[in-house]
Order: sequence, then C-alpha cells, then structure tokens
Amino acid sequence: MKMPDPDQAVLARRAEIIVAMRTIVPDQSVISEERELAVYESDGLTAYHQLPMIVVLPETTAQVSQVLAYCQRNNVKIVPRGAGTSLSGGALPLADGITLGLGKFNRVLEIDYDNRCARVQTGVTNLAISQAVEGDGFYYAPDPSSQIACTIGGNVAENSGGVHCLKYGLTTNNILGLEMVLPDGEIIRLGGKHMDSEGYDLLGLMTGSEGLLGIITEVTVRILPKPTSARALMIGFETSEAGGQCVANIIGAGIIPGGMEMMDGPAVEAAEAFVQVGYPLDVGSLLLVELDGPPAEVDYLIERVRSIADELGAVSIRVSQSEEEREQFWAGRKAAFPAIGRLTPDYYCMDGTIPRHRLPEVLSRVAEMSKKYDLDVANVFHAGDGNLHPLIMYDSNNPGELERAEDFGSDILRLCVEVGGVLTGEHGVGVEKRDLMGVMFSEIDLNQQQRVKCAFDPQQLLNPGKVFPTLHRCAELGRVHIHRGKTRFPDLPRF
Amino acid sequence: MTEALQPAEVAQVAETVTWAVGEEIPLEIVGAATKRGLGRPLLGAHGGAQGTGGNRIIGHTLDLSRLSGISLYEPEELVLTAGAGTPLAEIEAAVAAEGQQLAFEPMHMARLYGNDGGTLGGAVACNLAGPRRIKAGAARDHVLGIKGVSGRGEAFKSGGRVVKNVTGYDLSKLMTGSYGTLAALTEITIKVLPAPEKTRTILVLGLDDEAAQRAMTTALNSSHEVSGAAHLPAAVAAQSAVGYVSGAGGAVTALRVEGFGPSVAARTEALRELLGSLGALEELHSANSAVFWQEVRDVAPFQAGDLPLWRISATPNNGAAVVRDVADAQSGTAFYDWGGGLIWYRLDGPVDDRLADDCGATVVRQALERHGGGHATLVRAADEVRARVEVFQPQADGLAALTARVKDSFDPRRILNPGRMYRGV
Ligand SMILES: Cc1cc2nc3c(=O)[nH]c(=O)nc-3n(C[C@H](O)[C@H](O)[C@H](O)COP(=O)(O)OP(=O)(O)OC[C@H]3O[C@@H](n4cnc5c(N)ncnc54)[C@H](O)[C@@H]3O)c2cc1C
Repeated sequence: MKMPDPDQAVLARRAEIIVAMRTIVPDQSVISEERELAVYESDGLTAYHQLPMIVVLPETTAQVSQVLAYCQRNNVKIVPRGAGTSLSGGALPLADGITLGLGKFNRVLEIDYDNRCARVQTGVTNLAISQAVEGDGFYYAPDPSSQIACTIGGNVAENSGGVHCLKYGLTTNNILGLEMVLPDGEIIRLGGKHMDSEGYDLLGLMTGSEGLLGIITEVTVRILPKPTSARALMIGFETSEAGGQCVANIIGAGIIPGGMEMMDGPAVEAAEAFVQVGYPLDVGSLLLVELDGPPAEVDYLIERVRSIADELGAVSIRVSQSEEEREQFWAGRKAAFPAIGRLTPDYYCMDGTIPRHRLPEVLSRVAEMSKKYDLDVANVFHAGDGNLHPLIMYDSNNPGELERAEDFGSDILRLCVEVGGVLTGEHGVGVEKRDLMGVMFSEIDLNQQQRVKCAFDPQQLLNPGKVFPTLHRCAELGRVHIHRGKTRFPDLPRF
Repeated sequence: MTEALQPAEVAQVAETVTWAVGEEIPLEIVGAATKRGLGRPLLGAHGGAQGTGGNRIIGHTLDLSRLSGISLYEPEELVLTAGAGTPLAEIEAAVAAEGQQLAFEPMHMARLYGNDGGTLGGAVACNLAGPRRIKAGAARDHVLGIKGVSGRGEAFKSGGRVVKNVTGYDLSKLMTGSYGTLAALTEITIKVLPAPEKTRTILVLGLDDEAAQRAMTTALNSSHEVSGAAHLPAAVAAQSAVGYVSGAGGAVTALRVEGFGPSVAARTEALRELLGSLGALEELHSANSAVFWQEVRDVAPFQAGDLPLWRISATPNNGAAVVRDVADAQSGTAFYDWGGGLIWYRLDGPVDDRLADDCGATVVRQALERHGGGHATLVRAADEVRARVEVFQPQADGLAALTARVKDSFDPRRILNPGRMYRGV
C-alpha cells in the first residue's frame, strides 16, 4: 500500500514543530520518543504500521483549533485517532504527520433525559455512554463489538454499526449534533438536541467521513429507553442457504428483530471451542435471532420465528429461557473474532455488504476462492442487513501469505460489488480498500467526493492517503470547463 | 423567455445542465412543482418576485417529472429504486400492496400550497418526515443511494442499494434536504419497512400546553415505543375529521402505538396506566388513527388559506415554552408534533405592525434561542415576504461559509436553484 511521499521539508522541521506544539498543549502531551510513538504505529488493521512524526494529545477544543491552525499555516498533515480500533487502517499514522490522539476528551458533559439525549466528548467510549445512563433505564443503541474500547468520535468517523443496528439504526441514525474543528481552526457546531439540523446535512456527511473532513470534539447522541425484555433463538440449519432463506422469511413476515446474526460451520466450531456455550457443531449455519420489547410481543414473535424455522427444516432450535442464557447465545458470536484468532496466527476481517438473497452464491464462490488461494475462511454475517464478515486465516511468517490473503480479500470485495453490494458495510475504506474504490465508483463519482473534501480541507492535510486512490489538487478539481455558445440548446420537449 | 425542459433520461439532464453552465443561465429544478411556495422565491415567470431579494431571475425550469417509475422493488430485501420524478403516491401504493410502508411517513407538503401530489425527488430534496420521525427518522435516514447531475453537468452517484454501507462519503444524505441546490436528482434508492399490523392512539383530553408537554415526554421516556406524540390545543382539535377528537370539546394530546397485535395491546394498556392520572382518556383504533395522524402529518388544520406559517424544530421538551414566548409577542395558533420537537405556528389575523417587517422571524427565532436552540422555517408566506425574510434559519458565520463552499463543490456557477435556501447559495 503506497502512502503519499513524506514531505522532507516538514520532516526537517520536526524539532521546531514539537516546540510549537508544546506552546499549545502541556509538554507531556506531546510525544516524540520513538519508544512511546510505537504505541501508535498501527490501529486494528495490524498488517500495516508506520511510526508517526509526533503524537499530540489535546484536551480542549481550543487546543485542537490551535493545533489545526498551526498545521494549516505550516503545511503539516494530521491523522485523527480515537481508540485506534479501526479495522481499515483509518488511523494509520503518516511518517510526516501528527497523530492527534483524542483520548483525553473523555467526559460525559450532559445527560438530558427529558430530551432523550446525552452530550459527550469525542473520546468517551461507546460502552461508557450506555453505562452512564443504564441506571435510569436508557441506553445508546449502536453497539459495535469493540464497544468497550472504541470512542464515539471514532464511531461517528466510521459510521459504526453493531448487532442492534438492524432495528435501531447505525451511528448516523442515532446522533443529533456535533462540535468539530475545521482544518483552518474554525470551530463549527452542527445540530443540537432538536431533530434534523437545517441546511445541508453536514452531520450526515461527517458521519462516515473517516477523519478526512474535520476533527470531531463533541457528540450529542440520542439515547433510548431500554426495551422491557429480550429473548433470543438459536437456530441451526444444515446449509447456509436454509439459514439465508430463514432470514428472508422472517423479514418477509414483517418482523424486524432486534438482532439477527449468522455464522457458518467453521465460525460456529471456532466460537464453540473458545467459549463453550453449547452451539450445535453439526450445522452448516447457525442463526441467532433476538426479539425485544414487551414480554407479550417477545413471546408472540418467538413463536412466529420458531414456526418459520421449523417449516424450513431447522435441525436445532433453542429459545433462551433466562437473561444468562440469552447472553450465552451471544457470547459465542461476540467472541467470534478472537475465537478465530486462536486457530490461526493472523486473520484478516473483510466487511462487504451484499443484497441478502445473493448470500448462497457469494458463500459458495468464497469457498472456491478459499481453495484457489489455499487459505481457510470462516464467515460471520450481520444477516438482517447483508453485511458479511469473512475472516481469512493466514500466517504472516510464511512469505507471501499476507499478500495472498489480501488478494483473496480483494476478490471477495469485488464479488460483493458484482452482486450489487458494496466494499464496506461498517469498517470504512481507510487505506485497506482505498485502491478498490474504482471498482464501485467512476472517476466522476470520486472527483465529486474529493471536491467535497476540498470544501472542508483545501490543503488536504487531514488524513491524506486514506479513502481516495488518487489525490488531485483542489484547484485542479475546482476548474469548470465552459463551452459558451458551443453547446447547443438541448433538444428536449418543453412546455 | 422561460421554458420548462422535460428530459426523459439522465443524459438529457446532463446535457441541459451543461448547456446552462455554458450560458450561465440558472435553472429551477422541479419534480411535480407542487412546493414552489417553499423556500426563497426563484422564478419570475411563475409569479415570483422578479429578481428581488438578491436572487437571480431564473432562466429555465428543469422539470424531472418524466424520470418516473419504479425500477426495482424487492420487498424481502426492504429496498426500492425509482426515478426521482416518480409520484410519491405511486410509491406509497406499491409498497402498501406488499404490506410495507415508507417508515419516515413523508408529509404531503404540497397541501400547504393548495396543491396535491409531489415526487420522490421532492420528498428527498426537502427531507420530509411525518409523526413517526421520533422513532423511525426522516427521509435522510431512509435514502440508501442517489444518482444525480451536479451543477457541473456531470452525472454522478453515491451510496448503493444496501443499508450497511460506508464506502465513500455519504453524499446521499447531503442531497437530502438540499432543496435542489446541489444536484438535479435523477434516481433514488430508499429503504422500505413492514407496515404495522395494528395501530392504537391514546388520547389524553383537556390538557393545557405545559401539561401536554409533560405527558408527551413521559410517554416518550417510557419503554412503550411511542411512534407519534402530538398535542392539539382546543381550537385545532375542533377541526379534526375524527369525531373523538373534534368532539372532545377541548385540547387533545395523542400518543400512537404500532406493531403486532399482542404488543400493541400490552403497550396501550401500559400507557393508559402511565397517563391515566393526567386526564380523561380516549382511544382510536386503526382506521381513525390513520385519519388522525395523516391530519397531523399534513398539517391539515392549517392547510386552508394563506396565513403565514412557521415550522419550528425545537428541543422537544421545550416545545410548550417556545410557543408561550412566541404567543406573548405575536398572536397565532400552534400545534405540536414530535413530542414537542416540531411546532407548527400560524400567524393569525393582521401581523402586528412592529413585526410586519419580518413576519415574526425575530420573535420566533429569539424564543427558540432562549429555549435551547433549533431552527425555524417560514414555510408559507407571500413571495414578496419570502424574498425579504430569511426563510431558513440563518447560520453562524463559519457554518454559512462552509455551506457556500459545499455549494461550490457541486455547483460552482450557481446554476441549480440558486438562492432557494440562502442568498448566494
Ligand atoms: C475486535 C474488533 C471488533 C470490531 N467490531 C466492530 C463492529 O461490530 N462494528 C463496527 O462498525 N466496527 C467494529 N470494529 C471497528 C472499529 O472498532 C470501529 O470502526 C470504531 O468506530 C473505531 O473507533 P476508534 O475510536 O477506535 O477510532 P480509530 O480507530 O482511532 O479511528 C477510526 C477513524 O476515525 C478517525 N477519527 C477518530 N476519532 C476522530 C475524531 N474525533 N474526529 C475525526 N476523525 C476521527 C480516524 O482518523 C480514523 O480514520 C471492530 C474493531 C475491532 C478491533
């Protein structure tokens, strides 16, 4: 993966930049020793690493603003970083860039139950938000598996999802407002506690912008009253086709479960070996379906789902009888990544989304690719919304295996696009899928996206080298070609 | 001379815009042209204020109504794609036939302007929503992908047909609520959802605004998944076509519960218990509920006539406080949706002399500011007024500058609906 060439002029001024940063934030909040910088060299995509030039850890919005303004004046690149759990290399440092760590923004600023929202700083972890309000019967709905560690700012930057997103939406559907700092240091507030900020939906644009448009310093999230009860079904099928059909029939019956996840045989085996929660081992696919709401609703829907599964010839059906059992059902799914991690020195997690009904075809073609590349794969699947996570197992100590795993992964993503899906459902493009963007978008599409980038960051100093395969200068992108008098008046029906 | 161009395919839209860029002739973008009364006026030829208020006189109208028709609808995948000019009613009928719905419940806004109808493109361009906004979101939350032609004359796309998608910037959201100022949308893919099996509405009778505000907040803070929370003061309730509402003889606070039969029954029961001490209760079943919430959605009480109308998006629990402050300075009639978060305020009678200049804008926006912020839109007023008064909430300087740069990135020559939202944008 080629990153932009480091700017030698900036590297030469490293000492001077460190001094300047120490006039903005306390000395100990500027990290410059190689040993300490190493902590930041990767994010969750550990195949890539790069020491940052320096790390700066601001703790106020004013400091962020000053750092950014300095960087813009001095042409220094910035890589924003929350908890560094990105799986697409979004927080991968740049050799000539400042990694701006936002972990010190860790306060819950306000909880406003009457308006069902909470205002938190960007570095607050996803789980901490739910924990802050759970005593009063509320929670924050999006729940990525990394929720203990990942920050709300990182969630916004990646538009993260979780198992509850099928019914309750992604990050973008669950935030009301933001405070952010533009590359020139300007502090902007979007939205608030009301719904639908007027003007262009910049809140929607910022969500999923992967740290390329501005530094998020504060987020106002929607919190929801907790459902009164929840139960889960664990359903085994002989094949993944039958599992996929069950998902389609559940949704076809008008049921949108709180969560609906699928694992294939290898993923089930790995999870069961790791956490021993009683998953059936003789199945081709295992479906977890959670229903939540008042007990009357949950009981009713459990029966409906059970009969849908029965009709399709499910080989095993278990319904959770207690909270512990429900959590047990999920424990295996939640531990699927580390469970695979035990079986293989390295694994590579893909994140394409497909139209659900193409699942059988996609799985069988992934199995063929697995033979071709001679690498094992296990599949976990956010079944309700078509988001597929094939986990490719490899050993980076074997020469060439990482490259083979990456090629395998690229083939899977191309396949996702070919069947009408997309490159990434929730992990982001980052550096990982940057060079595949052309599979999904035309040059015009990508140029239009980059023009939006230019509206925020004309010098392209925020997280360059991510998302876009080719960087164009903003001046070049902004040119309009005028053909006055040369284009004929369109020959169209008119009234 | 102004002409209405009706391209039948994307290439013709691109051709038209490219031509307009070359000639520097602005275009008015319309679907069914039912909401011309919304936003700053553009067009001389259609009775707008010629060039007043800094808007350039529009040269031509780009009418997208021929880009019509549903090209993909897969109920089990919860997805539908249609041309931007497809009538909303056609889409609603198609999904209803499969037991599904547009969960954002788009209001039929045309009815505020003496029209009817409207297109999918219009609903998206105005980011429409209805009472279910509080639970299911607005148009922005249901748009999965768009195709359009930018003000550079280039056909581009964003998003896709799947719900989980973070590939590239979410330009689909940026298009939603941009009132045709960034691109002429040609095709839109939306998420559809199952329609509820059953609907019940609990009415609490006779509450004043403050008490109604507390009742709505109490209901929304419960776990009973309320999907509509509205309050109609006595004079507004009296106009309802639903007998239980108009005959209540006073104010009506309404809370909607939707879903599967057993669930609706349980939640209705729980809500009755929760709210029973506040006032007399009444209940609407599915058919009456449908009529009632459609009235709320489409602002039926204020459809007739042409009195100035404000749409105020407020911090929900401060709804009643905002209305109290506005009413102190400017007589009018209000009703509430979104648990207080959406206020419709109609200025009644002759606008007070002191306020005539800005049609109540200062009063409304100051009240909002005092109570936690939000935004106020003058959704109905004479062209001459909308040319003078900021129709949309004015933005802070930094945000206004960013907005203008975003406009530049799509439409550097200000060809598409220039000035419809903000002067110069
Ligand atoms: C074990 C594991 C499980 C995971 N499970 C899920 C899952 O279920 N669902 C899911 O969606 N994701 C999942 N992820 C991915 C990851 O946790 C999410 O993308 C998360 O939102 C990243 O948050 P972070 O704080 O770690 O951000 P980082 O990794 O630090 O940064 C992510 C991106 O956001 C930018 N960024 C961070 N903070 C800011 C800010 N304040 N302002 C501007 N830009 C910023 C960075 O530059 C980078 O581009 C998982 C990751 C791991 C390791």
